Amino acid sequence: MSPRKTLATSHRVLAQLRHDPRTLALLFVVPPVLITILKYIFQNSRMFDSLAPMLLGIFPMVMMFLITSIATLRERTNGTLERLMTMPIGKVDFILGYAVAFSAVALLQASVAAGVMLGLLHVSVLGGTVPTLVGAVLSAFLGTSLGLFVSAFAATEFQAVQFMPAFIFPQLLTCGLFVPRGQMARFLQWLADIFPLTYSVDVMKQVTVHATWTGAATRDVLVVVGYAVAALLLGSLTIHRQE
Amino acid sequence: MEAVVSVKNLSIVYKNGLRALEDVSLELPRGKITGFIGPSGAGKTTLIRVLVGRQRIADGSATVLGEPVGSARLRGQFSYMTQNLSVYPDLTVTENLSYFAHMLELYGSASTSAVHEAIQTVDLTPQALQVVSSLSGGQKQRVSLAVALLGDPPLLFLDEPTVGLDPVLREQLWKLFRELARSGKTVIVTSHVMDEADRCDDLVLIRSGKVLAHASPHELCTHTHSKTVEEGFIKLVEQAA
Repeated sequence: MSPRKTLATSHRVLAQLRHDPRTLALLFVVPPVLITILKYIFQNSRMFDSLAPMLLGIFPMVMMFLITSIATLRERTNGTLERLMTMPIGKVDFILGYAVAFSAVALLQASVAAGVMLGLLHVSVLGGTVPTLVGAVLSAFLGTSLGLFVSAFAATEFQAVQFMPAFIFPQLLTCGLFVPRGQMARFLQWLADIFPLTYSVDVMKQVTVHATWTGAATRDVLVVVGYAVAALLLGSLTIHRQE
Repeated sequence: MEAVVSVKNLSIVYKNGLRALEDVSLELPRGKITGFIGPSGAGKTTLIRVLVGRQRIADGSATVLGEPVGSARLRGQFSYMTQNLSVYPDLTVTENLSYFAHMLELYGSASTSAVHEAIQTVDLTPQALQVVSSLSGGQKQRVSLAVALLGDPPLLFLDEPTVGLDPVLREQLWKLFRELARSGKTVIVTSHVMDEADRCDDLVLIRSGKVLAHASPHELCTHTHSKTVEEGFIKLVEQAA
């Protein structure tokens, strides 16, 4: 493993994004716009106050999942990964390069969305801004890791996009965003207990209702990090030097 | 002459049962242009992928620069230009080369000068700050070749480097390959275009996964009593049938 190569890969991924202003605009404009729309859907401000932070735990994961799975699929199909695998770069350098780059983008994305949510829409988050950003970046890290892993199973960009409803939507439906998890059918509760997005959303719930960092939030963070690291490791196993 | 590539009884069978290479044995000379020539689907790319360590070997063995193919010690000792462009279309020419230079462990001034030299060699200095997707097909091909020149490798594997290029550009690239060979580098090129065979020092004619002949263009024409390599290739195919 080489930190210089990891950082060079992150730098390259960020340079690719920099040359794509449309994607940048979508990354930074869509989450605050959706949160603002939600504000006017729920006239009841208590409902909005509880949902908005949870969305901040979901958007980064969904968007990073999509971007990462397509970006790494392109590496596999346009020959760059083929060329890189004959060079002295570790598979971990390659994967961590993506994770670092997209986590940095997520920090910026979450800062913009949190700025709108806390500053303009006056959502009350008792835990404060920094824990909110930590939760959002964690969610992005999870999305990046899962995207890297899942991209190995897609042969085309069309397939990669289809993985979102197949892989992310079940997590979205059962994470407690629409109905408290305790009110769902028992087997769905079991599923929710397995899905990593549940814990990412739980971090945000903890941060919203507690002024201090809680043990439950630490547990949720560890579970999300555990899933993300496992997905990264599995992702590195899907990259083969020899085929 | 010392062999830079050695292949013994190599066979490759894909998972779908397709036999891509069958009992191939070769010794390729150092400091020459060797052409793997044959029609599409002959097994040229599979053979290159074996040599760069990307294709797992079913039977037989292969060494490059004295090391078994796929060895970690070989990484960075040769360059590989794939049939796809294998560069990032959304980065500039310089950004692409800088990234690959870093992957070859060239940093700071070493990276800057290697990138500058490679861009100059492929005659892309005016396009250095342009995004690759905005370049013409031939220019994109040259960006990919420039990546293969980074770090001054002693051995270059170039898979169909001139495919789809106009005759003038093809001529320029072949001049470059000749200069590289003259400076002591070994250049291994694949092509399905028979008239490119005459430009090689050493030819490996491949068809249906089998090596039909391994000789210089002159030896091949003499041996088959042919005027051109293409004519010789056809005679060899007829003899093998």
